[in-house]
Amino acid sequence: MSAILDHPPAVAGHHSPGLWLLAWRRLRHDRVGMVSLVIVVFFLLLMTASYMGLVASDWSQEKGVSYANPSFLAGAENLEAKAMEQRAKAAKAPPVDLSDVDPLAPRYKEWEERAKKIAVTEVKRSETLPLGGDKWGRDVLKKAIKGSEVSIFVGLSSALLATLIGTVLGAFAGYWGGKVNDFLEWFYNIFTSIPYILLILAFAAVATSTGKFGKGIVPIVLVLSLTGWTGIYRLIRAEYIKHANREYVKAAQAIGASNNSRMFHHILPNVSHVALVQLSQYTVGFIKAEVILSFLGFGVPVDMVSWGTMLAEAQNELVIGKWWQLAAAGLSMAVLVTAFSLLTDSLRDALDPKLR
Amino acid sequence: MTAYVIRRVWQMIPTIFGVILLIFILFNWVGGDPAQVLAGKISNPDQIANIRRQLGVDQPYWVQLLIFVKQVFTFDFGRSWSTNEEVSHIILTRVGPTLTIMLPVLFITTGLSVLFAVLVAYVRGTLTDRMVMIACTVAMSISFLVYIIVFQWLFGFILGWFPVQGWSESFWKNLTYYAPLPIMLAVFVGVAPELRLYRSFFLDEIHQDYVRTARAKGVPEKGVMLKHVMRNALIPILTNVGIALPGVFVGSFLLEVFFSVPGLGREVVTAVNRSDFPVIKAVTVYLAIITMVINLLVDVMYKFVDPRVSFK
Repeated sequence: MSAILDHPPAVAGHHSPGLWLLAWRRLRHDRVGMVSLVIVVFFLLLMTASYMGLVASDWSQEKGVSYANPSFLAGAENLEAKAMEQRAKAAKAPPVDLSDVDPLAPRYKEWEERAKKIAVTEVKRSETLPLGGDKWGRDVLKKAIKGSEVSIFVGLSSALLATLIGTVLGAFAGYWGGKVNDFLEWFYNIFTSIPYILLILAFAAVATSTGKFGKGIVPIVLVLSLTGWTGIYRLIRAEYIKHANREYVKAAQAIGASNNSRMFHHILPNVSHVALVQLSQYTVGFIKAEVILSFLGFGVPVDMVSWGTMLAEAQNELVIGKWWQLAAAGLSMAVLVTAFSLLTDSLRDALDPKLR
Repeated sequence: MTAYVIRRVWQMIPTIFGVILLIFILFNWVGGDPAQVLAGKISNPDQIANIRRQLGVDQPYWVQLLIFVKQVFTFDFGRSWSTNEEVSHIILTRVGPTLTIMLPVLFITTGLSVLFAVLVAYVRGTLTDRMVMIACTVAMSISFLVYIIVFQWLFGFILGWFPVQGWSESFWKNLTYYAPLPIMLAVFVGVAPELRLYRSFFLDEIHQDYVRTARAKGVPEKGVMLKHVMRNALIPILTNVGIALPGVFVGSFLLEVFFSVPGLGREVVTAVNRSDFPVIKAVTVYLAIITMVINLLVDVMYKFVDPRVSFK
């Protein structure tokens, strides 16, 4: 009895720190987690800046020579650019004189004069670019920034959508149980009995062949989220089963809270940390999936750049010794994915210290 | 036990029906008229008319569904839309190369991961443990694509240790000459995540009471790890291998695309590129059925690994 009395009674009006504040405090002491958070936030800021057109908006302009060398390798020989130049020169050289047989010969002068009136500014193509150039002389650094924007955006939005689908379905199955649960479990079993990659490719086949999933990056976001919601559904369902009969939910019922209000106002905040950790895990997975799908040509459209399309170009470039596009896309992806994975681990530790 | 298996098979029926329904909705309803899908891909109007007749596009949806169900159970999906090859023939001839790559991958990866996981769990908490875990995280964050591009270039193109790509008629030549580089790549990439996972399985067991009892009665640490911990950790490992097993039939489509292995994975990718729906439909449905059967087999195998499991 005395042991219980030892604890001071809670002071009225004193706020005990909530789950999120406690988690934030734990996260702040996690050095790896904080460094990862900084890197992830940096990438997100870069994505926003690039989306708003502040950086890399001119990524598609051909500023350098073909396969321009990176600035730190300015002296390296660039056979491809030389070959290009020679071809361009050969095209400009006066053709063999055929004026006696060519019926159009008398009009060439007139056309030439007319062509001269149109101002053509010959762009001086630079020999080097900060991180080198691709086949068309586009700046690899700018491509990598723009590619990060597209890849991260696709990863984040598909993860958000998948989390939304999984959470809503999981909430319904776990809260209602019975017939609703049976139906949703049937649905879940269908999706999980098909090997994941086949499921993605089946959806991608319909999306690319019919164009019914929309344009731009919408199809790939839909394909990834419609196939990827199952993991989070299972976790959220288990949480709802656990919470549905707790006292605070019964109390909410007693004061007349509706089913929807109990599901999404009372229980959801208490399970949202599970959803957050999953969201972060999904983002990593979907970024990786986007890269592979775009590489195969089922991802972002050809007029956009993502890490996947960069790697698709890099495969052929590597053979002729142009490694910078591979390095730029591969490295920026590796840095983000490492940081995101470590952040996910730290988030889980911070939000659920029991798991440690 | 027989009753358990029969009940499980009985429970599979609604799921198989659901898979058929999902694929039907996806390809026949969302996918729509093959005449539109194939516009620009097949120029011969007779051929398109023929495909439409086979699918029963002009008939109500329930008739189309019945046609599809019949196709599934008679193993007759007709012919590929783009190559006119029998779909059943495509599947049967492409499974071999895929298994030639994926079965060695499965065995080597599982063996190496369990071995490394035991070693790392043995030295848990030390600097080695932490370094290995960090190395795994970093290794996992690099895209599989980058590994394939770099390894194929390095070992095939620059060093010339392995053929850059290719496949032959002879099984032994494939296994010993063409398959080693793809197998090595898949093992290299597969070990990191599995090692991490299996290490956590071992660590879960190490903190159990029976381990403390074993130590208290004087069993040496090696014996504790190999006899007590290993046997119990093998149960979740078995589950994990069971989950990965159906994937063996799909293969790593990226490896097959890069190394021109004429396997199922590459076939599916080509089919997606050419909107060759019959091939994708058939592969998806049958692999779903194979997955369910394998899951059942894994569950039955538990009984032999873990005597505590009883079939209810």
